[in-house]
Amino acid sequence: MYGRKVKLRFLFIVIVLITLILTIFLILKSLEENVVYFQSPTEIKSLTELKNSKIRVGGMVKKGSIEINSNEVNFVITDYKNEISVSYSGAIPNLFAEDKGVVAEGFLKDKNFFSATKILAKHDENYMPPEVKEALGDK
Amino acid sequence: MFKMFEPNKIFQFTSRAPKYVLFLFVVVLSVGLVEALVLSPEDYKQSDAVRIMYVHVPSAWISLGIFSSITFLSICGFVFKNKNFFLISKSLAPSGFVFNLIALVTGSIWGKPTWGTWWAWDARITSMLILLLFYAMYLIIWRIYDSEEKVYKISTAITIFGIINVPIIKYSVDWWNTLHQPASINILSKSSIHSSMLYPLLIMTAAFALFSLLIFLMKYNTELIKIKNKGLDRL
Repeated sequence: MYGRKVKLRFLFIVIVLITLILTIFLILKSLEENVVYFQSPTEIKSLTELKNSKIRVGGMVKKGSIEINSNEVNFVITDYKNEISVSYSGAIPNLFAEDKGVVAEGFLKDKNFFSATKILAKHDENYMPPEVKEALGDK
Repeated sequence: MFKMFEPNKIFQFTSRAPKYVLFLFVVVLSVGLVEALVLSPEDYKQSDAVRIMYVHVPSAWISLGIFSSITFLSICGFVFKNKNFFLISKSLAPSGFVFNLIALVTGSIWGKPTWGTWWAWDARITSMLILLLFYAMYLIIWRIYDSEEKVYKISTAITIFGIINVPIIKYSVDWWNTLHQPASINILSKSSIHSSMLYPLLIMTAAFALFSLLIFLMKYNTELIKIKNKGLDRL
């Protein structure tokens, strides 16, 4: 139906695409550690050595763990398996709240204690009007 | 079937259609804006900041859609050696670029009050920036070379490299930990966005799609005029 050249050009494109996909896949696979924006408390626990460089820890703010004294905020980040205590002083984003997502940037003191230099609120994919939220109850 | 392309017939259509598309665009955009800014409820958590979504999400969708389209068209143009596919891709690209830019800028404006930062080098945002660079490369290459044959080949190569990025953008939020939240709208399962917010979003998407169509028709019309001026009535 189509000429030989047309088929060859099509085959060429398909081969180029497959090659590219495999190459990119391999690159991303080997870079996995650096592609993630933050690590969970469980991943922090399984670290073999503590580095002195800046890292990000993310998870949920544990319910009832936020303590505010003068200009320092202490809270606990949990992924419901492991948790890590965070201390921070500075501006807090509006959406920072108990039981909501958070990403803290800073330095690990040890595997249970994290000193943050920056706090980012991570919000989830749920959007609804306040009335609906009330009707659903405090889940 | 690809040989049937006659600039004169298409020109008749592309020179008349824009005013109707413009009218439709204004109507849909007005409805969309009223829905999004006035009638839709505020979010339980973000309150009014959620309204940025009605610009941000449609822009991102359209820019991804246009990039996929220009890749498909460029490959068809390359395989079937048909100029027309390349001209359609060329006319589509500018609105894709603009919507990509809008998605990044509104995302940044949205990020500051919600996340607490203008910019984060997470996988979703970075891959979206890479898409913008591919759009830029694609647009620039048309202006660099005078030889059309060369432009067709290089622009096809750019779209093929760039298309790998599109599934990465889509799934980045599922594959890796990102600051950006996962997708709210799923075709297969229930969407996690309330219907009172979903409809304005879809109307705004239709408005932006119409705007892209309008810009496309005008650009494509210009391309056809250029061909006519060269004294060719067939490609």
